[in-house]
Amino acid sequence: MAVGSDGRGLRVVGKPVRKVDGLSKCAGVTLFADDIVLPRMLFCKLHRAPVPHARIVRVDISKAARMPGVMAVLTGKDLPIPFGILPVSQDEHALCLDKVRFVGDPVAAVAAVDEDTAFDAMNAIEVEYEPLDAMMSIEEAIRKPSPRIHEYGDEGNIHKKIALEFGDVERGFHDADQVFEDTFYYEGSTHLPMEQHAAVAAVDPDGKLTVWSSTQTPHYVHRALAKVLNMPPARIRVIACPNGGGFGGKSDPFNHEIVVAKLSLLIGRPVKVTLTREEVFYCHRGRHPVLMQIKTGVTRDGAIKAMHFKSYLDGGGYGSYGVASTYYTGALQTVTYPVENYKFDGLRCFTNKPPCGPKRGHGTPQPRFALEVHLDKIAERLGIDPAALRLGHLVPPQSLTANYLRVGSMGLAKCIDAVVEGSGWKQKFRHLPSGKGIGLACSSYICGAGLPIYWNNMPHTGVQLKLDRGGGVAVFCGEIDIGQGSDTVLAQVVAEVLGIDPYDIRIVFGDTDLTPVDLGSYSSRVTLMMGNAAIQAAERARELLATAVSEKLGIPAERVGFGGGQVFDVEGPERALSFADAVVAAEARFGTIGTVGSYTPPPSAARYKGSGVGPSPAYSYSAAVVELDVDPRTGWVRVDRVHLAHDVGRCINPVLVVGQVEGSVYMGLGEALMEEQVFRANRGGVHRQPSLLEYKSPTTMEMPDVVTYIIEDPDPNGPFGAKEVGQGPLLPIAPAVVNAVYDAVGVRIDEVPVTPEKILKALDSPAKRFGPKGVPEVRWPDPIRVPTPWEGGTGRAAADRRPAEARR
Amino acid sequence: MMRLPRFRYHAPATLGEAAAILQGEGSQAMVVAGGTDLYPNMKRRHQTPKTLIGLRKIDALRGVKGSPARGLWIGPATILTDLEESALVREHYPGLYEAIHSISTPILRNMGTIGGNICLDTRCNYYNQNYEWRRAINFCMKCDGDTCWVAPGSDVCLAVSSSDTAPILCAFGARIQLVSKKGTRTIEAKDLYRRDGIDYLTKRSDEILAGITLPPAARWRSSYRKLRRREAFDFPVLGVAACVRFDGEIVAEARLWLGAVSMAPVEAAEAQAALVGRRLTEETIEEAARLAYPLAKPVDNTDFGLRWRKEMTRHFVREALLEVGPPGSPSGRGN
Repeated sequence: MAVGSDGRGLRVVGKPVRKVDGLSKCAGVTLFADDIVLPRMLFCKLHRAPVPHARIVRVDISKAARMPGVMAVLTGKDLPIPFGILPVSQDEHALCLDKVRFVGDPVAAVAAVDEDTAFDAMNAIEVEYEPLDAMMSIEEAIRKPSPRIHEYGDEGNIHKKIALEFGDVERGFHDADQVFEDTFYYEGSTHLPMEQHAAVAAVDPDGKLTVWSSTQTPHYVHRALAKVLNMPPARIRVIACPNGGGFGGKSDPFNHEIVVAKLSLLIGRPVKVTLTREEVFYCHRGRHPVLMQIKTGVTRDGAIKAMHFKSYLDGGGYGSYGVASTYYTGALQTVTYPVENYKFDGLRCFTNKPPCGPKRGHGTPQPRFALEVHLDKIAERLGIDPAALRLGHLVPPQSLTANYLRVGSMGLAKCIDAVVEGSGWKQKFRHLPSGKGIGLACSSYICGAGLPIYWNNMPHTGVQLKLDRGGGVAVFCGEIDIGQGSDTVLAQVVAEVLGIDPYDIRIVFGDTDLTPVDLGSYSSRVTLMMGNAAIQAAERARELLATAVSEKLGIPAERVGFGGGQVFDVEGPERALSFADAVVAAEARFGTIGTVGSYTPPPSAARYKGSGVGPSPAYSYSAAVVELDVDPRTGWVRVDRVHLAHDVGRCINPVLVVGQVEGSVYMGLGEALMEEQVFRANRGGVHRQPSLLEYKSPTTMEMPDVVTYIIEDPDPNGPFGAKEVGQGPLLPIAPAVVNAVYDAVGVRIDEVPVTPEKILKALDSPAKRFGPKGVPEVRWPDPIRVPTPWEGGTGRAAADRRPAEARR
Repeated sequence: MMRLPRFRYHAPATLGEAAAILQGEGSQAMVVAGGTDLYPNMKRRHQTPKTLIGLRKIDALRGVKGSPARGLWIGPATILTDLEESALVREHYPGLYEAIHSISTPILRNMGTIGGNICLDTRCNYYNQNYEWRRAINFCMKCDGDTCWVAPGSDVCLAVSSSDTAPILCAFGARIQLVSKKGTRTIEAKDLYRRDGIDYLTKRSDEILAGITLPPAARWRSSYRKLRRREAFDFPVLGVAACVRFDGEIVAEARLWLGAVSMAPVEAAEAQAALVGRRLTEETIEEAARLAYPLAKPVDNTDFGLRWRKEMTRHFVREALLEVGPPGSPSGRGN
């Protein structure tokens, strides 16, 4: 279509269109999963383990089962088939079978006529445990290979070990003018969506099962239900309800969804479960705590000759997305600044805590934090301004990185320029009075994973259009709006192509019976993938309408234009049909008007084992400048202002883009300054503070001004050039805060959250630093060696795998 | 979701009626005003009273009367927002205003009452958890168990007095009226509290908090400083209440109380004494801060690390006294 790179010619895309689901949310009429009430509905509660690691000796449900009003009690043996989001980590059971792996692991479930009865019955279940030694930290899990938390995994309590080398880092270090090494720690945190998870299951008289759930991934829930319930998928319908926030915390299939489905099938009545806030802390799948070591060889002007990055992830009790998370801690270091030779060693431990998984930024905020603070230190040592250091070494657009990620549009230079200029960086950096600081950091994120979670060669998303004789357009897509605005993006894209009002469009979403598969609202994939599929479906409909209208008006089809609810002759717009009349003409000509579109990402250039994580159709870019005050007497940090520039490719809706940026800044500040998902190792491994009050997350009072700069560098793979904005802007926040703290009071806080206590300790220490001392000794596997593109590599691993030991 | 346990609810219209019901029901009954502390605690099964006596219909328990010259009477069932908006409180008892303004959030201050805050249950990270969590640690001394998990050797419960109004009312020398079927007694606010996280009030279970009286405000200046993670929502991990009466430039009387560092508000007697008879200067303030902060003996049962919290006591005492300022300083610190 005739759209300039500046976006001229667009009528709906790029406009601050009110969210299509906004009014119903404001009026309180949106039905979230917990709002669903069905006749004869029962209530479910889960009995959860009070111990972190133990063998289940005996589960006595007799008292609970006898209680009046209790309709059924389930234990692990009722649901013996394992599941898990990744095919390589099918390690969860809906109810624990033979052992429990963290405080909060569900062991039994009850369904009763009301919540009070279910609560009493849940507490009447008695379980006898044989305690096992619990692993409560990365170091402990590496040090103690037994007892094993799982019987699978690379060794002992190490779930996964990865070693990849692109080029030759030893040669790179040798060629470098200087080599720097740092160690960092990033504490775990949880998503904290306002809406607790809830699910309702109901069975039709003919045995068909429907499950409503607050899930980001209805398709994967559908697959897990079919597997664990051992039922044909065609008999199961999963309906994703609008999510009251997800942030990655509703991306796994969950035990409670399977349990209510099973209970409903057993009893024949609808069953609902709504988790308490504490139980949401146990579902978790949040940010992995990661210990990191980074060693970088640079030239005098700051070009990176070699980088060796090591990460150690605390995975919690189950696999979840963890293998992917581990790869992500090593994948995206290369897409901002060229890394000539790159080596990544990563491992993930099992520990006796709620499982970690994908939280906004999935596996990349931690390494990005390390990399951007490390670069700040390098810039200082080299005597180069940190903004200039980065601007001088940017990955060129349309290029391949050392690990074969294909970068398309690359607007980081514009992002850096925007925040540097907007914040008055040059006047402020290292010139502010003591106690005031300014810090900069950059980042990049994927726009959808290049590969699906389970191997298949089908599209990642599909969109169907049904055009009504009255001019209405129904759009069917398996996407689910988690608050990010995907319904609105879908309506805007279709409205743009068909030249109609987005409010004349009805969106039918997230329903495995009614909508084509979309893999879900994760990995920042929806706008790019769904948007492309929607364009394809809408263009196919437009073609039918254009043909019919061209015949009606007696003009060539190429001269038919769409806009303002009219289908017209572009050389004489007064010759026009209303959109509704155009649909009538098309239906008369072709029959019922329905079209489809789908999207599959382009094939990746990376062909080595482990290359499934990292490739993406496009990469977004962000730069942040944080301005803050530090009180050197108390260590207290107050953030005054955050400048954030984000290269979104093409902004489809500026209000939604700014909303995602501000939300990311908020969440990033929470991780940078206070949030901690932590446990009491010496008190039976309980979560320290599983409540909204005591798990500290910022309030509006802590929220600084945010200045957002929308940078548009259209990507050829994006719909109208659009890239993601839901996750990327979170990534530079923590490192920018830490760099600003250094500018303010001269101490390096090499771990988040940055608390006042840590700042005072750093101020008191000779090294003026607070952070981890080192990393555990680990025998890494021989790396998979992949020659870089500039070494003439093909994206495949080299045949030889040199022994790691011999190369020391 | 978390559900309340079952209970009977009475809504008497007079204090006498309420006292009679309370007497009749015995220790199985509790009174409730705003419910912002009690109901969440009941959902977690900290308290499971068979009977609740709502005080909201009793007009005699609400309102602010008096004048700065004679002193104030405050009805304990007055919601915190009404006190926050009272010009009498704000202008003449600024320390009390600051304490009330710092409690929780505006929405909860619309429900919560000053009486409720005065009687606020003591708090602890091992106690303010739901039933299943507490079962995982085999419960604690304060509720359903035997051990104090903060200090397993302790034979007394170390739950923290987390009321913002308690230290400032102690500092003002407020008096508390307690009414029961047996009669009325009036005690000093400081005598309401006991250094025991379980039996933290000297109020008997048949007594109802019926009134708070503040002495005349003349020549008193006051302030309240609160340490917490966030500027809304959070209980104090340290509260410093300071009231100073001046005779010209000279401190005639000084009262300094620390909140949230123990099971009851703590009086910093030595620091008080060090201020009397002297001007309030940076040096005397520094000395008072030095004398006050060893009294703070935080343990690991709230937000933040205990060493840092102790260090902050010195800093916050200094800040509270600086805020009080010498007479005539343009701070609106009272009279």
